[in-house]
Amino acid sequence: MNVALPPFKERAKAALADRRLKLAIDRTTGTAEAKRAAAVAAFPEFDAARARGRAIKDHVIANLGHYLEMFERNATASGAHVHWAVDDAEARAIVTRLCLDAKAKVVTRSKSMLGEEIGLPHALADAGIERVETDLAEHIIQLAGETPSHIIWPAMHRTREQVAELFTASHRPPPEADDPATMVQSARRVLREKFLGADVGISGANFLVADTGATCTVTNEGNAELTTTPPRVHIVTAGIEKIVPSTAHAMALLRILVRSATGGELTQYTTFHCGPKRPGDADGPEEMHIVLVDNGRTKMLAGEFREMLRCIRCGACMNHCVVYRQIGGHAYGGTYPGPMGSVLTPVLDGLAAARDLPNACTMNGRCAEVCPVGIPIPTLLRAWRRRSWRERLEPGALRAGIGLWAQVAHRPALYRLASRIGVRALRAFGRDGWIGSLPLAGGWTAYRDLPRPSGRTFMEQYRDQQRGRK
Amino acid sequence: MSGQPQPTVGLFVTCLVDAIRPQIGFAAIQLLEEAGCRVEVPEAQTCCGQPAFNSGDDRDTARLARQTIAAFEGFDHVVLPSGSCAATMVHGWPELLAGDPDWAARAKAFAAKTHEITSFLVDVLGYTPSGRRLAASATYHDSCSGLRELGVAAQPRALLARVEGLEMRGLPGNDVCCGFGGTFCVKYSDISNAIVTEKAEAIEGTGADLLLAGDLGCLMNMAGKLHRRGARTRCFHAVEVLAGRADGPAIGEEG
Repeated sequence: MNVALPPFKERAKAALADRRLKLAIDRTTGTAEAKRAAAVAAFPEFDAARARGRAIKDHVIANLGHYLEMFERNATASGAHVHWAVDDAEARAIVTRLCLDAKAKVVTRSKSMLGEEIGLPHALADAGIERVETDLAEHIIQLAGETPSHIIWPAMHRTREQVAELFTASHRPPPEADDPATMVQSARRVLREKFLGADVGISGANFLVADTGATCTVTNEGNAELTTTPPRVHIVTAGIEKIVPSTAHAMALLRILVRSATGGELTQYTTFHCGPKRPGDADGPEEMHIVLVDNGRTKMLAGEFREMLRCIRCGACMNHCVVYRQIGGHAYGGTYPGPMGSVLTPVLDGLAAARDLPNACTMNGRCAEVCPVGIPIPTLLRAWRRRSWRERLEPGALRAGIGLWAQVAHRPALYRLASRIGVRALRAFGRDGWIGSLPLAGGWTAYRDLPRPSGRTFMEQYRDQQRGRK
Repeated sequence: MSGQPQPTVGLFVTCLVDAIRPQIGFAAIQLLEEAGCRVEVPEAQTCCGQPAFNSGDDRDTARLARQTIAAFEGFDHVVLPSGSCAATMVHGWPELLAGDPDWAARAKAFAAKTHEITSFLVDVLGYTPSGRRLAASATYHDSCSGLRELGVAAQPRALLARVEGLEMRGLPGNDVCCGFGGTFCVKYSDISNAIVTEKAEAIEGTGADLLLAGDLGCLMNMAGKLHRRGARTRCFHAVEVLAGRADGPAIGEEG
C-alpha cells in the first residue's frame, strides 16, 4: 500500500502547514476528548468495566482458535458461509469473487476499517463493481477520492465548510443550504436510492459472537442495517481478533467502546446479524458470507505485539495524542493512524516502510492512560524502536551519535571532562542567557532558543563546595 | 527525625541539570538536607540513558543502568530532580534487566528506593517547607513521565501551596505533553514545534509571572519557545522556588 507516498516528515510538514486541517482536527478531537471525559466521569464503574474488557480480550486471545471454531460452527448452523483469509490479497479475492458470483453491479458498504486494511475499495473498482459508501463520513471521502483519516470519523480532516463545498459540487440537485442538517438530508436522499438497488451489502463487524455465530455492527446512522438487509447478499469482513465468547461479552465491551469513542453510553444502532433470511422472515439477505481475516494477527499473537490484539478500535488514543492532533491521520500513511496505528502499521506494511511512526512519539503515555483495554502503547512503540535499532534501520548519523555519547557516558571521569568542555563551548554561541542558533542543533534552534549553560557544571561546583566543607 | 538514623540519599543530578542549570541540583540538596537527609552526589553518575533507551539501543542503556545501580547501592534512597529520569530508572531499568540473572533483583531493589524529588519530600519524608516567600503568580506544567509513570501531581502542588505570596494559576491542558520528548524534539522538530507553540500559548494565556515544572528538559523546551515568542514568562524548576532560590535569574537569564 501507499507506495507512492512522500516520506513521513514531508507528509507531516505539509499537514502542519494546512490551517484548515488543524481547525478540523481541533473541532473533532476537542469535542471527543470533552465528551469522553464526561462519559467516564458519569460512569463510576468505568475502571471496573475497563478491567473486565481487558480480561475478556485477554481470554479470547489466549483461546482464539477455540472461539473461532465455535463461531464458525454456529455461524454455519445459522445458514451463513464462513471463509478464511490468510492475508489481504486472499480476503480481497474472496470478496470480489462473491460479488461477481452474485452478478453484482452495485455494492453498498458500511464503514469498516478492516475493509480499508485489505484494500477492498480498490479491489471492487478493479472488478468493475460500483461501490457506494453509506456511512456519511465515508460518503464524503468517497466523493473526495480520499482515505479515512480517523478510525471513527473518517472525514474528520475536512471542515463542515469543506464538506458543504463538496456536496454542492457533487450532489444532484445540490443541497439548498450548507448547515449540517440540510447537508445530511442531501446525503440521505442520494444514498437512499442506492440502498434499495444494491445487489450486495458489505459490512465489517465490531464483534463476532462465538456462541451464536452472529456478527455485531454498531453505528449512529443506521446505515449498516440498510446495507445489510435489502441486498440479496450480505458479506461481512472481520479481523479474527473481533471474536467474543457471547453476547454478554460483546455488551460488556460496548460499554467501554462507545464511551471511549464518542462519549455516548451506547450507539444509536447496535445490530446482531445472525444468518441469512429464514422462512417467514419479513426481510434480510438470501445469502450471508463471513470472511475472517488474519493478515498478520496470528503472527502478533506469538510475539511482543500480542497486547495490541486487545484493541477494540475506539480511537481514544488518537483523540488524546499530541502528535495526531497536529498532523492528522493521513500523514501517518497507513490504514490506521495515531498511536494504535503506529503499532499496527509496521505489522501490516513492514517496519522498513514505517519506522518513523513508532519514533514520532513523545512517549507521554496519554494514549495508554485513556485506552479502554489497557494497551501499553508506549511500551509497544518502544519494542518497534528496539527492533529498528537492532535491524539497523535508524539513520547512520543517529547511530553514530548515540554510539559516541554512550562511549563517553560509560566513563564518568571522561564524561565529567566532556561536559566541562561542552558547557564552555556552548557558552561561546550565546549572547545574554540564550543561544539562538547552534550548529548540529538546528532542530532545536530553528524553533526555540536554548538556555545558555551557567558556565561550570554542577559536578565542578559541587566538588569545590565539598572541598570547602572539609 | 530524632532518635532515628539520618536517611542517606544519593542524589542523581541528571545530565541536563549538571550541564545547563546546576542551581537546581543545589536547591535539591538544600531541600533534602532541610528534610533531615544526609545527601551525597556520587561521582560515578552520568545520565539515565534515555537518549539510547528511546532510540531502541537497549545494550548501551543496560550498561549505563548497571553502572549507576552499582554506584548507588549503598544509599537508603536515590532521588532525582526529574520525573522523567526517575521513571526510566523505576520502570525502564527493571524491564531492561529482567532477563539478566545477575542484575534483575538489583534493578528491582534500586527501583524501589528511587524517587522523584517532590514525591520523595511529601510521600516519604512528610516534609513541608516553612518560611518561604515569593510574591509572584505562577502556573505549573505536569511533565508526562512523572505524572503518568510515577503519579507526581499533588505533591509539587502541596509543597508550592506553602510558599507565601505565591499565587498558583491553573494551566489549561496542564497534563498535555509540551512536545519535548527527549530526542523527539530534534528528530521531529516540526511536529515538536507545533506542540510547544500551543503549550506556550496556553502558558501565556494564564498571565502568570512564572512557569514551574519538575523536569528541566520540558522546562528548556517551553522556556526556549516562550523566549523565542517574546513572552515575559520566567521559568524555574519547582525545587528552586521551594528552596527559596527563585529570587535570582530564571532559566535563560544571566545575573
